[in-house]
Amino acid sequence: MSAVATPAASPTTRTRGAGPRQGASLAHEVLEALATVMDPELDEPITGLGFVRSVALHPAGVTVHLRLPTSFCSPNFAYLMVSDAQDALRRVRGIGRVTVLLDDHHDSDKINAGIAADAGYLGTFGAEAEVGLDELRRTFQRKAHTAAMERCVMAALTAGSVRVEDLGRLTLADLPAGRTKEALLRRRTDIGLGVAPGERVLVDDHGEAVPDEELPLRLRLATSVRISIEGNAHFCRGLLATRYAGGDETAITTEITEITEITDTTSPTSTTRTTSTAPSVSHPRATRRPKLDPKD
Amino acid sequence: MYEKNGEKYYVVDAHVALWDGRESNLRNIHGKQFIDCFYDYHKNLSPEEVVWDYDTYTYYGGERLMRDLFDEGYVDHAIFQPAFLGDFYENGFGQTEEAWALTQAHSDKLTYNHNFDPRNEQAGLDQLRRDAERFGLKGVKLYTAEWHGRSRGYKLTDPWTYRYLEACEELGVKNIHIHKGPTIIPLDRDAFDVADVDAVATDFQGLNFVVEHVGLPRLEDFCWIATQETNVHAGLAVAMPFIHTRPRYFAQIIGELLYWVGEDKIQFSSDYAIWTPKWLIEKFVDFQIPEDMTEYAPLTVAQKKKILGLNAAKMYDLDVPAQLRLPEAEMAEPGLEVAAGAKESVFS
Repeated sequence: MSAVATPAASPTTRTRGAGPRQGASLAHEVLEALATVMDPELDEPITGLGFVRSVALHPAGVTVHLRLPTSFCSPNFAYLMVSDAQDALRRVRGIGRVTVLLDDHHDSDKINAGIAADAGYLGTFGAEAEVGLDELRRTFQRKAHTAAMERCVMAALTAGSVRVEDLGRLTLADLPAGRTKEALLRRRTDIGLGVAPGERVLVDDHGEAVPDEELPLRLRLATSVRISIEGNAHFCRGLLATRYAGGDETAITTEITEITEITDTTSPTSTTRTTSTAPSVSHPRATRRPKLDPKD
Repeated sequence: MYEKNGEKYYVVDAHVALWDGRESNLRNIHGKQFIDCFYDYHKNLSPEEVVWDYDTYTYYGGERLMRDLFDEGYVDHAIFQPAFLGDFYENGFGQTEEAWALTQAHSDKLTYNHNFDPRNEQAGLDQLRRDAERFGLKGVKLYTAEWHGRSRGYKLTDPWTYRYLEACEELGVKNIHIHKGPTIIPLDRDAFDVADVDAVATDFQGLNFVVEHVGLPRLEDFCWIATQETNVHAGLAVAMPFIHTRPRYFAQIIGELLYWVGEDKIQFSSDYAIWTPKWLIEKFVDFQIPEDMTEYAPLTVAQKKKILGLNAAKMYDLDVPAQLRLPEAEMAEPGLEVAAGAKESVFS
């Protein structure tokens, strides 16, 4: 691994030899930051998917290893996740140097070198890149919105709160509060649509209302988008577990290591290692580290 | 032939391979990564009792193939769909000579499709003509994410691809099986995008385009273009094994395909040796859409017969024994059958 450390965001706020409590809270912040990174294709946080293999906190900063279900996952999406992870971690105050590495991918060397050098997408992929990945990201944000919209509409239909012929008049205010609605609002914001209560729910990618006669077809297509995304997520979870946990999805974990430098510099460095289950937590769990005092 | 509850099913496995992923054939780390990725697919989605050991998986040979497909697997006819992957494997991944020898020895049971790569330009085009003659090609398998020197993918709409497809039309190589993969140049785009299939399907009306993996992971894009193009078909490679691990998801895939693509344009395949056909066929014949999924109609025996073999048999002009056919009235004329979703998409 030839990772070049990135500049420290605000190195002074993290003291050397920080006590366990502070370390645990930093680990928590790191996981929170990583939980904001989405797999653009699956529309889920990389933490929940088990893509964060390890987080190592050390006095100089943090090193995060990411992993994917296969060596042949799309390199463009892989790059986006590594790059987004780096950006998210750099926003954590006092984190020190941020190093994000992608393991076991056919383009690991290329992506890791590009990220370490802050080369950007064009600099990382050279001649294979053309303009940028914004449009790709946008395409999948639109799909994510379509799927979220379909979940809300189907829930409303199932609950009997709206009839098919009235779907065009369904507004955000008509949707019951909850995760499904929140997810829709987030996806709407991602693609620049309004979230005011009076906004129509069933709209096209540009927020335009769908003519009544096209509503059933539009909904049908939205269903296939949702099924496709959900199916891919199942597939990726299964393959990741096969690759890294002998097929056991519940055994996919994020390893959190903390190397704490002791104030007495003659003492050996202490390392504690704990494991947290990633996929099962919607809010990433900071590990409570067992006390392991080298002076004992 | 598979028989259950008095019904007899003619089975075509429309996507099989005879590969060599052994260490001795690896050109580089990517060859190892590729076969390992295949093995993970196999392990992840197969029932435990049919999981192979790794060494067998890297190379199984013709005898094992014949046994798995025809002796134990109920398959009546299988079609080789070889991936070349010359940048990963010394002697290629799909074993051309071995598969061809097997096909010649069992011409009633096997059809050999070959592949081409438009990045070989004129030399490859000349080779395609020779291959079409030598193998009597009815079809080709194209892997658009294949690495080739500095290139890691091509599109069906590239000018050279058009020249190859023109040659296919001329040579009677009428079945184009398309396998989308993760890389395409530039990397800005979604490599799994099937928009280029849409374009060539419009421009080459005399060819059939079978999209393998039913466009997964872009099922929705695939379904949409299949409604627009009568010569676009769905290959069930990779989608089939979900019948075991995620039957409800499989029900959704089949339900969507029947709605958008229609029962006459869906082909069964095991993707052997990623999976073996025996258990897939048994489970598929037993399969039914769960009752609570009221958005989909139950699968009929006739639909299962078409998907398991009759559709591919028609595409490949295979001689189906009379007692295994459906009444003529139940088989659609090419181009006439229109799926419900296609109708709706056209009239809206």
